[in-house]
Amino acid sequence: MSDRITASKTAVLSPLNNPKVRAFVIQLVVLTAVGALFWMLVDNTVTNLQRQNIATGFGFLENPAGFGIVQTLVEYSEQSSYGRALLVGFLNTLIVAVIGIFLATLLGFALGIARLSSNWLISKLATVYIEVVRNVPLLLQLFFWYFSVLRALPLPQESYSLLQMAFLNNRGVFVPSIHLEGSVLALLVAALAGAAVSYGVRFVPVPGHVDQVRWRSFLRLAPLLTLALPCLVFFAVGMSVQTEVPDLKGFGFKGGWSLIPEFVALVLALSIYTAAFIAENVRSGILSVSKGQTEAARALGLKPGRVLRLVIVPQALRVVIPPLTSQYLNLTKNSSLAVAIAYPDLVSVFSGTVLNQTGQAVEVIAITMTIYLGLSLFTSLFMNWYNRHMALVER
Amino acid sequence: MADFYVRTQSTPSLPPPIVQSGSVAWVRKNLVSSWGNSFLTLIAIFLLFPTVPGLLDWFLLSAVFVADSGAACQGDGKGACWAFVAAKFNQFIYGRYPDSEQWRVNLTVFIGAVALVPLLVPSRLPKELFVGFLLFLFPLIAFVLLYGGVLRLPAIETSDWGGLMVTLVVAVTGIAASLPLGVLLALGRRSQMPVIRVLCIAFIELWRGVPLITVLFMASVMLPLFLPEGMSFDKLLRALIGVALFSSAYMAEVVRGGLAAVPVGQYEAAKALGLTYWQSMRQIVLPQALTTVIPGIVNNFIGLFKDTTLVLVIGLFDLLGIVQSNFTDPNWASPQTATTGYVFAAFVFWIFCFAMSRYSIFMERRLETDAKG
Repeated sequence: MSDRITASKTAVLSPLNNPKVRAFVIQLVVLTAVGALFWMLVDNTVTNLQRQNIATGFGFLENPAGFGIVQTLVEYSEQSSYGRALLVGFLNTLIVAVIGIFLATLLGFALGIARLSSNWLISKLATVYIEVVRNVPLLLQLFFWYFSVLRALPLPQESYSLLQMAFLNNRGVFVPSIHLEGSVLALLVAALAGAAVSYGVRFVPVPGHVDQVRWRSFLRLAPLLTLALPCLVFFAVGMSVQTEVPDLKGFGFKGGWSLIPEFVALVLALSIYTAAFIAENVRSGILSVSKGQTEAARALGLKPGRVLRLVIVPQALRVVIPPLTSQYLNLTKNSSLAVAIAYPDLVSVFSGTVLNQTGQAVEVIAITMTIYLGLSLFTSLFMNWYNRHMALVER
Repeated sequence: MADFYVRTQSTPSLPPPIVQSGSVAWVRKNLVSSWGNSFLTLIAIFLLFPTVPGLLDWFLLSAVFVADSGAACQGDGKGACWAFVAAKFNQFIYGRYPDSEQWRVNLTVFIGAVALVPLLVPSRLPKELFVGFLLFLFPLIAFVLLYGGVLRLPAIETSDWGGLMVTLVVAVTGIAASLPLGVLLALGRRSQMPVIRVLCIAFIELWRGVPLITVLFMASVMLPLFLPEGMSFDKLLRALIGVALFSSAYMAEVVRGGLAAVPVGQYEAAKALGLTYWQSMRQIVLPQALTTVIPGIVNNFIGLFKDTTLVLVIGLFDLLGIVQSNFTDPNWASPQTATTGYVFAAFVFWIFCFAMSRYSIFMERRLETDAKG
């Protein structure tokens, strides 16, 4: 009996049975293995690069790119550097993402609400849309919009037009451009000032309860300042707006703003696809608000519109917003499919053309991945902050 | 003796008035219950009126079903060119896999399907046996059958693979690799050991933060640089590695959700029984965690299945890739060829994805009742 106790005691005391020692040993082994694997990969890569005479380092970013890009938001020419091309690609990705997110949100909320509609036809239509769009690959939809729809549009000479102002043809969409004569900066500053004031007004203490109602209705007007101030500046300084209508010259349109078909196809495909997912998030968000909430609000005497605005929407949003952000992130990452239809986004310009010209695969892929990674880490940090901010405080 | 006028039988109940039941009432309740509702109905009809006849015309009435070449599909007012799909059907499914060897693909799919059914349908069969077979033995069988080179099966290079077959190979490999890897990563992320936790978090967040296209680009241009001189990977294998790494990160997050849903008492009870870490995970925690997240896992599979189309960007011919590559066939050149091809591919993808999503809903309902009962 006592033998057994001492035996088990020694077994327990053996360092191998000490959880701390074991954890240390395991971590050391894993770290060494990962480090060795990493070192091996780096070593192989360096050898391979030397053997193939490929330059290393990020110096290539300053070399002239020597290729044109069909859509540039900042100044860019063939003499610009690879670094500039990277910026152009990144901005092209951002603009697709921003416009796509805007359209997808509108369409998604409309569809999500439509699916819960008491109208049988509307809810069935929304269901069919969601079930079809969600279950077909995005790339396929992108090809469909680009090759089957936009490429099949008529030539510029026979383009569809809206009031002879905006035109749609197989070269893209052409809309009148708006130019501001004068300082755009002044307008921006005025708008920001208006926004700041209208936000700041909320913190001014409310006067005694007699004036309260009047004060409240005044407060409701405060956001208008954001618009009113720039208008004031606009007229005070004497600025003017000039528009230019696109005009058919020869085989194409001159003047106005043009959207290339790749851009239109990408925005269409991304927003239509993502809207189906957003609709499902919105639907589950609205369903997550229990019926008792509506009933309680009604019992308190709130009108249906106020029930929706003050009781249901705030609670539904708490459920909707986290998956909504991840859908936004998905849309941004999915915009990289641009490479398949040659829209000049980050991947297409940088991981495509620049990679082929310089051959510096490691640097190029690393930069591309870092940018996307940065975007998504930034978003998840924001989400964590938001969730902490919005979390229900329960006792 | 007085007569009592008491009815001993109840009168038969009358049918409800027509305005409260039947189709009239249904229309009143669901389509025109209020002004707003009627307006919505009008909008819906306004949307349906021009589209439905047009679609019907394109899909059936004006479609060309039998033809020898694209010439039959040319001309104004012609609908879908289904003859194109019929003529290329074999290629869409098998790519350039030789006709005489296609039974190998069919046999692989058959074996996989037979082994999969007991797992999908609620049954009392030993599931571990089938999971083990599918995860370890089946990949070997599939490799031998599809690639060949042994057992007197002629080797067929992956450059000849294509169509739905490649789509399924990429998707199934991604799924099979992502499950065990995802479970390990999820366990690692919840580990008490800082080194392992940090490594797992870094791995998961790296892959989840970048688009699949960049991962595939990386797999196709950087992977050859990582390997020692003289060693080279097949293009398909490179894509498979990329897809597997990518999907395992997503799977890890789904499994992590399941692990978090297992009550702490279960972990503590397992420890109190004296089970080791792996014993308690395998026998107590994971069975519960994985069951609760089956819908999430299936959703992941759906996403992965759709994402397989991206392999065409690095030059592999999956279903979408092979459909698209056939548009350039001059024999089938017609304005409707491309649209028909896309619609066909979309239909195939839709069937797979829709079936999976229905299955996920079925499991969700089943799990719900289980939890309550």
